[in-house]
Amino acid sequence: MILARLLEMADYRGRIFLALLAALAVLVPIANLLVPPDSFLHIGTGTVVLLGKYLTYAILALALDLVWGYCGILSLGHGAFFALGGYAMGMYLMRQIGPRGVYGHPILPDFMVFLNFTELPVTWWGFDNFLYAMLMVVLAPGLLAFVFGWLAFRSRVTGVYLSIITQALTFALLLAFFRNDMGFGGNNGLTDFKDILGFNVQAQSTRVVLFLATLLTLAAAYIFARFMVTSSFGKVLIAIRDAESRVRFLGYRVEHYKLAVFVVSAVLAGIAGALYVPQVGIINPSEFSPTNSIEAVVWVAIGGRGTLVGAALGAFVVNVLKSFFTTGSLAAYWLFVLGGLFVLVTIALPKGILGALEKLAAKRGTRS
Amino acid sequence: MEKRTNALLYLDGVNVSFDGFKALRSLTLILAAGDMRAIIGPNGAGKTTMMDVITGKTKPDSGDVLFADGSVDLTRHDEAEIAELGIGRKFQKPTVFESHTLVDNILLALAGRRDPFSALFGTRARISPQRIREVLDKVRLADKAERLAGELSHGQKQWLEIAMLLAQNPKLLLVDEPVAGMTDAETETTAELLREINRDHTVVVVEHDMHFVRALDCRVTCLHEGSVLAEGTIDAVAANERVVEVYLGR
Ligand SMILES: Nc1ncnc2c1ncn2[C@@H]1O[C@H](COP(=O)(O)OP(=O)(O)O)[C@@H](O)[C@H]1O
Ligand SMILES: [Mg+2]
Repeated sequence: MILARLLEMADYRGRIFLALLAALAVLVPIANLLVPPDSFLHIGTGTVVLLGKYLTYAILALALDLVWGYCGILSLGHGAFFALGGYAMGMYLMRQIGPRGVYGHPILPDFMVFLNFTELPVTWWGFDNFLYAMLMVVLAPGLLAFVFGWLAFRSRVTGVYLSIITQALTFALLLAFFRNDMGFGGNNGLTDFKDILGFNVQAQSTRVVLFLATLLTLAAAYIFARFMVTSSFGKVLIAIRDAESRVRFLGYRVEHYKLAVFVVSAVLAGIAGALYVPQVGIINPSEFSPTNSIEAVVWVAIGGRGTLVGAALGAFVVNVLKSFFTTGSLAAYWLFVLGGLFVLVTIALPKGILGALEKLAAKRGTRS
Repeated sequence: MEKRTNALLYLDGVNVSFDGFKALRSLTLILAAGDMRAIIGPNGAGKTTMMDVITGKTKPDSGDVLFADGSVDLTRHDEAEIAELGIGRKFQKPTVFESHTLVDNILLALAGRRDPFSALFGTRARISPQRIREVLDKVRLADKAERLAGELSHGQKQWLEIAMLLAQNPKLLLVDEPVAGMTDAETETTAELLREINRDHTVVVVEHDMHFVRALDCRVTCLHEGSVLAEGTIDAVAANERVVEVYLGR
């Protein structure tokens, strides 16, 4: 019954979106596991992983759309929350290696032995426990967003200034995680993972399960986000986006609303990062790079801001294009393509790809 | 600690300066509950700044800003608290939620719990549509209830904002230049509307349009360079030599 109510909340575009995800959830595992490899319907494990990666980006885009599309907070630092969730997962995966590392140390990961660490830093305690690690996936980005948001929103930092300090935040973390003495693997980050919950991360079946987990998380994140934006809470968010001072003079504590949505969004981004790491097999400081956060904003703008579905769609479409353009001789042009796409969409499709698709559908609907 | 004032709103000796520029100079304004007051004065006289001080947007350098018989020192509260205390404000530039329907604009303004938690899980949605209708009816926008606020004309946005104030049901309404950009007929209607609102609310209206001020039929205060130049009936103020010199005569 609750499920029925939740589904009711999804508008028609949401239902199409959820139906698409359901179709992927059924077809991709079948095409990978059951269809013989020589069939043209077969989907290779590499493709499954790639799709899973795009889906984690879609979750990140959804998170960003929640703050930017609905509340007007243009965060240019959401990659930081994604990366923190990723590191928390990466630390769990590192601890699972145990004595199987190159140096064979029973507890310390290889890079620590190499850097002459004698004992496990406090920050790594408990990460051998999956539940603790998952708690950190939520807490690390959540707490950072809470502290950052508390300071920024209470001081009423808005607009470009807020965007700039979010960039500074992710840049500062980039520099910090580069440092070897931080104990997070420095430049190389965390990699060479072996198991997750006792299953080999490289195994085909694990890959498929991770893909499915990501898909489910995306669906759940969408339903949750939709619940938020259709509630009175969401109406206040949109009101803040449209006329912040009006909201304040109506007696709302704007900073509390901003803080709430910012923290929720950061946690979602962190969860996306945690799903990303076991699939791509590495997390390093480059994930904190300011350009990553900017790219995520571009996905949302291209897909269609303030629609949730559009954000996810944008992340997917842009990254399919990116995979195509960054292999081989076209690699050098990717940033130009992305920039060009952004400009084109902003000028020609102000409501993004989703807006254009819906307009097209509406036109065909009226003609027939 | 506050002093008894027997006034709903009591401003005395209020000074505000921006980087050395004195926007308000020992301004005094006293309003009894149920009053309607028109504030006139040339651009830059400090009318909007006065509203900023009353609503907690700007903190005065010195002076008393007291509410409800002197029981509340407004300088010690922020915008949200002051709104909760019962002071509503219409901005000079019409400010409504353009991507919400008129109904939702009113819904957000209606008195009720305003914390994020009850907004997300709570009871805010259980507000009678009847009340929303009533408010929209009052500002003659009931037929556009389901339209987006962004589709309204400039004048209609002004009305919607006034309707939001009504929904908020404050003790004191501050209305900044409500007829700017309105047609004569709309101006007429607005004056009527404000007089109607004044039946159960205390109202302060800032306006330039002298026809409109006359139609409000209330006591008038003329500000100039941050302090009161003249106060009285519209005829007395309009006849005041200094007022003619700095404001009307130009
Ligand atoms: N935030 C501010 N910073 C600097 N100067 C301001 C600010 N707000 C108002 N002023 C100045 O204070 C004076 C009074 O402005 P205002 O209250 O808006 O006048 P009015 O509403 O009567 O036209 C003007 O000279 C204006 O430039
Ligand atoms: Mg003004």
